[in-house]
Amino acid sequence: MRTLKGLLLAFSIVSVLAYVGFAEELKGSIQIKGSDTMVNLAQGWAEEFSKNNPGVNAAVTGGGSGTGIAALISGTADIVISSRTMKGKEINKAKENGIEPNEIKTALDGLAVVAHPANPVSRLTIDELSGIFTGKIKNWKEVGGANLQIVILSREVNSGTHVYFKEHVLRKGNEKSTEEFSPAALLMPSSQAIADEIAQNPNAIGYYGMGYISSKQKVIAVAKDKNSPYIEPVLVNVQNNSYPISRPLLIYTRGKPQGIVKAFVDFTLSEEGQEIVKKTDFVPIK
Amino acid sequence: MKLRLIKEFIIEKLIFLSGIASILFVILIFTFLFKEGFSFFKEISLKDFIGGKYWYPISEPERFGILPLILGSFLVTLGAIIIAVPLSIACAFYVSEVAQGKAKDILKSGIEMLAAIPSVVLGFIGIVTLVPWMKKVFNLPTGLTALSGSIMLGLMAMPTIISISEDAINAVPKSYKEGALALGATRWQAMYRVVIYAALPGIIAASMLGIGRVIGETMAVMMITGNAAVIPNTFLQPVRTLTATIAAEMGETVHGSLHYYSLFAIGIILFVSTFMINVIADIFLHRNKK
Repeated sequence: MRTLKGLLLAFSIVSVLAYVGFAEELKGSIQIKGSDTMVNLAQGWAEEFSKNNPGVNAAVTGGGSGTGIAALISGTADIVISSRTMKGKEINKAKENGIEPNEIKTALDGLAVVAHPANPVSRLTIDELSGIFTGKIKNWKEVGGANLQIVILSREVNSGTHVYFKEHVLRKGNEKSTEEFSPAALLMPSSQAIADEIAQNPNAIGYYGMGYISSKQKVIAVAKDKNSPYIEPVLVNVQNNSYPISRPLLIYTRGKPQGIVKAFVDFTLSEEGQEIVKKTDFVPIK
Repeated sequence: MKLRLIKEFIIEKLIFLSGIASILFVILIFTFLFKEGFSFFKEISLKDFIGGKYWYPISEPERFGILPLILGSFLVTLGAIIIAVPLSIACAFYVSEVAQGKAKDILKSGIEMLAAIPSVVLGFIGIVTLVPWMKKVFNLPTGLTALSGSIMLGLMAMPTIISISEDAINAVPKSYKEGALALGATRWQAMYRVVIYAALPGIIAASMLGIGRVIGETMAVMMITGNAAVIPNTFLQPVRTLTATIAAEMGETVHGSLHYYSLFAIGIILFVSTFMINVIADIFLHRNKK
């Protein structure tokens, strides 16, 4: 009888201990959705995070910042990765649905302007870029290149990259400006599609996140204006803010993050998380 | 006894339901499309929508002109039809009138195989082979053009057109052809003077169904036409089609925004045009049967 009691006691202690140990481990799943630019980065975070917390299943899907923000508003994503800030209209829509968007800056990205490697043009000012992408400058010879018609490549209208580029290059950051991409711009479904078309088309000019830079495209150095130095999109220049076309990469959560979401957000800002930022060719915030 | 009656009644009704299911679905889709699309026309008039020359759906202020998109769809479809129809009719004649035995079987299964290739695969093949080739041959700034789309869509429409025209040619009474041959016509003369006229309604119906297929096609078009919303002047320019616009933007738009409804409005335009094309095809097919 005594042995039975002892056994029961031992059993209950073990089970209580096991329960406590179990409770400390995070369990559940999170939906991460949004920016195509950040999708590799988020995938990297999710993989490391799941390794540290085997009970957590983090699913990452792309589709564009607009998609992610739409998902935040409709409540189908826990964490939204976005390469642009939410617009006033979108924030209002979210509030109507009872969702308070919470913005966290996790990394920086330089937008690289790229052309075919055989193109003699290797530097442009923001003014020239604005002229090219709005369709006012139509031939490469106007900016010191060969006599070739310029083919403009852009991302689809709802890509965060598209919106950022329009606001900060075409409109030069001026909120009242109404400059638009030339209607003749080819809208490509992904940054990879832009990279592929640039690699084979000497007429083309395009832009994408620094993560896509490869030897098949030529990176154009950009200057704020004629009197400023021409600067290349490399890590140091983005971090010290001297490269003119760089942007923050953001995470949005529903209200203040809690539970797994908070753990994930903390992880992205940790040293380990920022190391992943560097590995995926973006620029850490610190 | 009663049980059997009830059973029969239930089964009868179930079969009836299955029978009208497709019509029911069409009506449901139609209602949904119109419900979503009409809230758009409260804000923007049909005239500005169809006649507008600029498509900037998320700018401030937004501009919802789909004229370039309609013309883009029209141009790509026209090109595809010019390429596919003559080729398909010739192919149908060869299969049903000229080819014998094994050759006929191989051809028929070949045509079915062409129909089985997913459109995204055709688009992918187009982007790596056709697009660079177009750029080189026509010395263009870019190979992503309406013509590239037309060629690929032409390939996609061919199986539909071939198989339905072939049926129409086979349905021509043998006596017509024999009569022509008996009057001293050669086989070729019998074909292009007699059989083709008898089969014409069926061939027109086949072409219309082919057009319907081409207008609705999305994936390949989105990959190889460049998606620039300009009013096209030639086949060698990039265009943006109605379908590609919906596909590219629907996933990323905010539910309930004007942009979201505008995509449904495009859907209505597409639906109405394919519907009309199918009705025309149906009229011709019907005439054929009489």
